[in-house]
Amino acid sequence: MSTGIARNATTPATAAAYDVERVRRDFPALRQQVHGHPLIYLDNAATTQKPQAVMDALQRFYLEECSNIHRGVHYLSQQATEDYEATRSKARRFLNARQNREILFVRGTTEALNLVAHSFARPRLRSGDEVLITHMEHHSNIVPWQILCQETGARLRVAPINDAGELIVEEFEKLLGPRTRVVSLAYVSNALGTINPVRELVRMAHARNVPVVLDGAQAAPHLKVDVQELDCDFFTLSGHKMYAPTGIGVLYGKAELLEEMPPYQGGGDMIRSVTFEKTLYNELPFKFEAGTPNIAGTIGLGAAMDYLEELGRENIAAYEQELLDYGTRALSRVPGLRMIGTAREKAAVLSFDLPGVHPHDVGTILDREGIAVRTGHHCAQPVMDRFGVPATSRASLGVYNTREELDALAAGLRKVTEIFGR
Amino acid sequence: MNDLRELYQEMIIDHGRRPRNFRALADADHDAQGFNPLCGDKVTVYLKLDDDTVRDISFQGSGCAISTASASLMTETLKGKTLAQAQALFEKFHRLVTGENEDAAAPELGKLTALGGVRDYPIRVKCATLAWHTLKAALKGYREVVSTE
Ligand SMILES: Cc1ncc(COP(=O)(O)O)c(C=O)c1O
Repeated sequence: MSTGIARNATTPATAAAYDVERVRRDFPALRQQVHGHPLIYLDNAATTQKPQAVMDALQRFYLEECSNIHRGVHYLSQQATEDYEATRSKARRFLNARQNREILFVRGTTEALNLVAHSFARPRLRSGDEVLITHMEHHSNIVPWQILCQETGARLRVAPINDAGELIVEEFEKLLGPRTRVVSLAYVSNALGTINPVRELVRMAHARNVPVVLDGAQAAPHLKVDVQELDCDFFTLSGHKMYAPTGIGVLYGKAELLEEMPPYQGGGDMIRSVTFEKTLYNELPFKFEAGTPNIAGTIGLGAAMDYLEELGRENIAAYEQELLDYGTRALSRVPGLRMIGTAREKAAVLSFDLPGVHPHDVGTILDREGIAVRTGHHCAQPVMDRFGVPATSRASLGVYNTREELDALAAGLRKVTEIFGR
Repeated sequence: MNDLRELYQEMIIDHGRRPRNFRALADADHDAQGFNPLCGDKVTVYLKLDDDTVRDISFQGSGCAISTASASLMTETLKGKTLAQAQALFEKFHRLVTGENEDAAAPELGKLTALGGVRDYPIRVKCATLAWHTLKAALKGYREVVSTE
């Protein structure tokens, strides 16, 4: 393989088996200097860097098989169609879906959630019905539902979280009422890192015949996901947060639900036949893929999925978990630092507040050390309100981060406290 | 570290931590709210005029050290100034923080020159000018002293 990753199916899922230096060599962007320091990229929850294999896939498409897919009889079009559809198979395996037609390519999680709200939930909602989300959602899992509730007269209910940033499961269960028509929640929170107990939550909802949408944007890069085992009705992911290009993502939906849903957008490719009197829609998944899709991005997503499978998703999860524990300990030694989000089950996110120092100042000082973190509300203003801060600083981990980088982060934060004279 | 000290001078840290004139003005005759969506900084500027002279000025809000210190220094500087002087100061200050003018450190800027380090951090210019823009908004339409950008 061009990625140079040892593939070893018998490797146990331990961090020890994971060669992070080899992984780092696959990411050319990590070689650069920022303000005279080696780049330390800790903004992976916003978007990840891309491995050479993904960029090679994009380039190969544009150099050798650029053409439109489906309907083409010529060679290039057949090649491109094959590669595009091969990614659908990869995505099915990546999520362990039953069938390829349950995999829809979309722009990302935002589009996926809007599609579900519009085509799945909208026809089922009457005035007085309820949509249940949680207090830790990203704005993209709040606003589409708010719009929908405004249009239909339905009510948006919000399950609360505790001081550790964990969903209060009993309250969630209480909010599942006779009028609840859909539940939508993050598998992993981008602002807090909390991993929600989604299997249990899906079971609770299904016991009341309520379908469940999982926002998997922050889960797919870090956890092994099995949609059949989770039994969720929909699952979303954003390619750019898992080492693939921007502008491509996946919406998984159970076939029987997708079948009965009206299309999201009209156009080419999503139809079987068109006359001015009547249009017959295409079958799944094409019914939901109107127009020329992001072909190169899809092929790039396929390469990213291959890459993650080669690293081994259990290996990644184990390595990142160890890194998270290490980083948590390192940051806990920074004087005054308060972690925001201390759930027992967490993935890849270190969100924190340095009392008396605004995150924006933290971000500027770390940037001068070559350290990229995100500062702000992380598109989750209700979470900020819940913890009584206008913003946090957030370091988020990826497959290429190291303990040394987290030591550098802690040292950078000590410098912040020095400058601010504490 | 040295260039960070240039940005985060003692004066900035001090005014960031203990902002002056940080209160609402009960008898304000002008006020406006400013918001920097990039970092969530919020500021309200209150103003009491005596004809064309700033009799009192204060602010409230939450923000980073740069925006808080800038608002604090602005209120200190402008008390007793005429609106025309305030306008001229803003223009000079703007040139200082954007680095448009190498020798922008005009003596009349006084303590405001402490914010000169911002010129090396283009993304922070908005923080440094938020209070000033808000002041301008508060005076919008008042005797046409305020020019738009
Ligand atoms: C939990 C979560 N949901 C949804 C989104 C939106 O994803 P995208 O911007 O890729 O559509 C994000 C991205 O920040 C996220 O972290």
